[in-house]
Amino acid sequence: MAVWRRKHLLGLEDLTKEEIELILNTAESFKEISVREVKKVPTLRGKTVVLLFFESSTRTRTSFELAAKRLSADTVSLSSTTSSVTKGESLLDTAKNIEAMNIDFIVIRHQASGAAYLLSKIVSPSVINAGDGFHEHPTQALLDLFTIREKKKKIEGLNVSIIGDISHSRVARSNIYGLKKLGANVCVCGPPTLIPKDIEKLGVKITYDIREAIIEADVLNVLRLQLERQKENLFSSLKEYIRLFGIDKEKLKEVKKEVLIMHPGPVNRGIELSTDVADGQYSVILDQVTNGIAVRMGILYLLSGVKEEI
Amino acid sequence: MALLIKGGRLICPKNKIDGIFDILIEKQKIISIQKEIKTEGVRSIDARGKIVSPGLVDIHTHLRIPGREDEETLYTGSLAAGKGGFTTVLCMPNTSPPIDNRMTVSGILDEARKIDLVNILVCGTITKRREGKEISDFGELKEAGCVAVSDDGEPVKDSSVMRRAIEYAKMPSLLVISHCEDKDLSSYGCIHEDKISTILGLRPIPEIAETIFVAREIELSRYLNSHIHLSHISLARSIELIRRAKEEKISISCDTCPHYFTLTNESTKTYDTNTKVNPPLRTEKDKEAIKRALKEGIIDCISTDHAPHTQAEKELEFEKAPFGVIGLETALSLGITELVEKGILGLSQLIEKMSLNPARLLGLKNKGSLSEGSDADIVIFDPNKEWIVKKEEILSKSKNSPFIGWKLRGVVEHTICRGKIVYKG
Repeated sequence: MAVWRRKHLLGLEDLTKEEIELILNTAESFKEISVREVKKVPTLRGKTVVLLFFESSTRTRTSFELAAKRLSADTVSLSSTTSSVTKGESLLDTAKNIEAMNIDFIVIRHQASGAAYLLSKIVSPSVINAGDGFHEHPTQALLDLFTIREKKKKIEGLNVSIIGDISHSRVARSNIYGLKKLGANVCVCGPPTLIPKDIEKLGVKITYDIREAIIEADVLNVLRLQLERQKENLFSSLKEYIRLFGIDKEKLKEVKKEVLIMHPGPVNRGIELSTDVADGQYSVILDQVTNGIAVRMGILYLLSGVKEEI
Repeated sequence: MALLIKGGRLICPKNKIDGIFDILIEKQKIISIQKEIKTEGVRSIDARGKIVSPGLVDIHTHLRIPGREDEETLYTGSLAAGKGGFTTVLCMPNTSPPIDNRMTVSGILDEARKIDLVNILVCGTITKRREGKEISDFGELKEAGCVAVSDDGEPVKDSSVMRRAIEYAKMPSLLVISHCEDKDLSSYGCIHEDKISTILGLRPIPEIAETIFVAREIELSRYLNSHIHLSHISLARSIELIRRAKEEKISISCDTCPHYFTLTNESTKTYDTNTKVNPPLRTEKDKEAIKRALKEGIIDCISTDHAPHTQAEKELEFEKAPFGVIGLETALSLGITELVEKGILGLSQLIEKMSLNPARLLGLKNKGSLSEGSDADIVIFDPNKEWIVKKEEILSKSKNSPFIGWKLRGVVEHTICRGKIVYKG
C-alpha cells in the first residue's frame, strides 16, 4: 500500500492512483465514526485547523469543520466578509498572520485559481484546497469517487459523464483527473461555449448531445449552472439550456443502466436537475454530502502525519 | 574629454564591419575608427577580447513616468538601461496621466536632461487620454520631442480612428506603434488559451485576440500605404501574416521580446506572477516560430517591453497581479544565450535587431551604427562571460523578472552614451 508523503492537498492533477486509493481507503475507515453515539476520536487532539473561506459555502465548510472536530482538532473559521479582507488585506498578509498563530492546517476556498498553490509556497502549515477559482476542488472529487466506489463497488471501466459548465468548473477538472487515474471513461457534455479549449487532451470525450452523454453512462455528475454566464453569451437562454441539458425524467428514459445522479451542490432545482430527478431513485446527492465528512477526515489524518492506529 | 576604445572586436551591421578596430571619441561623437589609433594622454578603455557595438536601442520601454514613480523612475530606469547596454530607450505613454500633450513630454525630457545618463525618447499617445476616440495633437507632440505614437496597453479599437491616426501621423512623420489586442476577445484573460489554461483554470486569452489586430493593421497599412510598427509579437500565426504582408511589400515592421523567444506557457504552471505578461507566454511552437522569424528577418527588432511592477503588486493571486516583467538588464544576455549561442543569429544580426533596426524605425540617423561623425553611443560587452541574475543586483526599481536565478552568457562592461561612460561593470 502507498505511503503518504505530501504536506499539502492542492489538487488531484499531480496525485498518483495509489495516493488517491490511499485517501479513499483511509476515508472508509473513518466513515463509521460519524454513526457512533459519541462521534469523536482523539486522533488530532491539540491540532488547529483554520478554515479560510473567501467564497460562500455551506457544504464544504461545514463538512471540513465537522471532520476536524470529530478528529478532536480545534477549528477556527474565517470568512472574507467578516475578516480584514474587507479592509483590503492581501491574501499573503492574511495567511502570514494566521500562520503566526501557530496553526497546523489551513483549509482555503478562494475565487482565484492558484490561491491554494500560492499559499502553500509562503506558509508552513499544511494547505488543503477547498476550491480555487476554476482550477481544482480535490476534496469534492474525492468524495465523488468515494461515493461512486461505494455504490458501484469499482471505478475502473465505468462510464462517467460530467454535464454542464465545464469551463468554469473546478469540480469537473478534479473529477477528470481522479476518474482518469482510477480507470474510468470520462465524457464531458455541455454547450461548446462552456467546454474549455483542449480539454480532450486530458483524455476525455466531448459531446454536445445529452443523449449521447447519458445513454451508456453509469454515473451522471451534473454541474451547477451559474445563471450569470448567460450575460457573457455562453448560452442563449435558460429556457434553451434546460431544454438541451437539464436532466429530467424524460431524458433519463434513455439510460440503459442503473445510473447514479450526482451533483456537487447547491442544486438549481428545475434547471440542471428537475426536482423529481434530484430527489429520485438514482440520486446519491445526499450520500455525497455524508461521505464528504469521512473523506475530509481521511485527508486531515493523512496530512497530519499522525501514525497511530485509527 | 576624449576617450579611446582600444583593441575591441567592433561590430557594426550598418557599415558591415566586424573586426579589430580602435575608436576615438570626442565631444559626444565618434571622430575616428581605425585599425590602430595612437594618441598621447587620452583616457582609454582596453577592449581586447570584447565586443564593441553601437549602443542598444529599446523601442518599447515603460519607465512609468509620470505617475508610478514607486515602480520606476527615469533615474533607476536609466541605470537599468545602462547595465543592459542600452543607450536609447523609448518610453511608452500608458502613464498616469498619459503622455498626450506638450507639457508632459517636456516634463519627461527636462528631467531626462538633468539625469543625463542614457537617451530617453518619448512616445506620445495615438488618442487623447488613450481613450481610443480622438486623435492626439501629433504636431504638438512632435514639436515637443516625441518620435513615435502608441496607445500601448490598449489597441485603438475603432478602425476608423486608427485609419485617421495613421493618415494624420504622416504629416509630422511619427512612427505609429500598434498594440495588437482585441480586448473583447482577451477580456479578463490572463494566459494563453490552450490545454494549460484549461488545467490551471485561469481565464484564457485566445491567440485570435492578437492575430485579428495584426491582420487589421496589415490591411490598414496596405490600403493607406503607410508604415505601421507592431509591437511585442508573440505568435507563429502573427508571423505568418507579417511574412505574407512583407512578401507583398506592405510597409509593416515588428518587434518581439526576449521572454517570447525564451519562455513558454509551461512556466506559468506554477502560477508565478512573474510569468504573467501581455501578450501572454505562448507555446513551444510559437517560440520556435519567433526564433525562425528573427533568423529570417521577418521580425525586425528585439524590444524589452520592460514593465516594472512592485513586489506587493506581483505578490498577488495570478488573476489579480498586473501584466509585465522587467527586461532592460537581461535582454542582451538572453539574446546571446538563446539566439547567438544556439546558432539562430550571429552577433551582428543580434546587434542589428537591438540597435540598428530600432534606430532606423525611430528615425535616429546618428544612432545604431559606429561611423565617424555618429553619436558616441557604444556598448562594450564580453559575449562569453557568464553571470547569474540576482535579485539584489537588479538596478531597476522593481525586481519582477522571471529570470532571477538563471545563468546567462554575455556581460556588459561599459556603456557609453554621448561619449560619457554611464555604466561600468
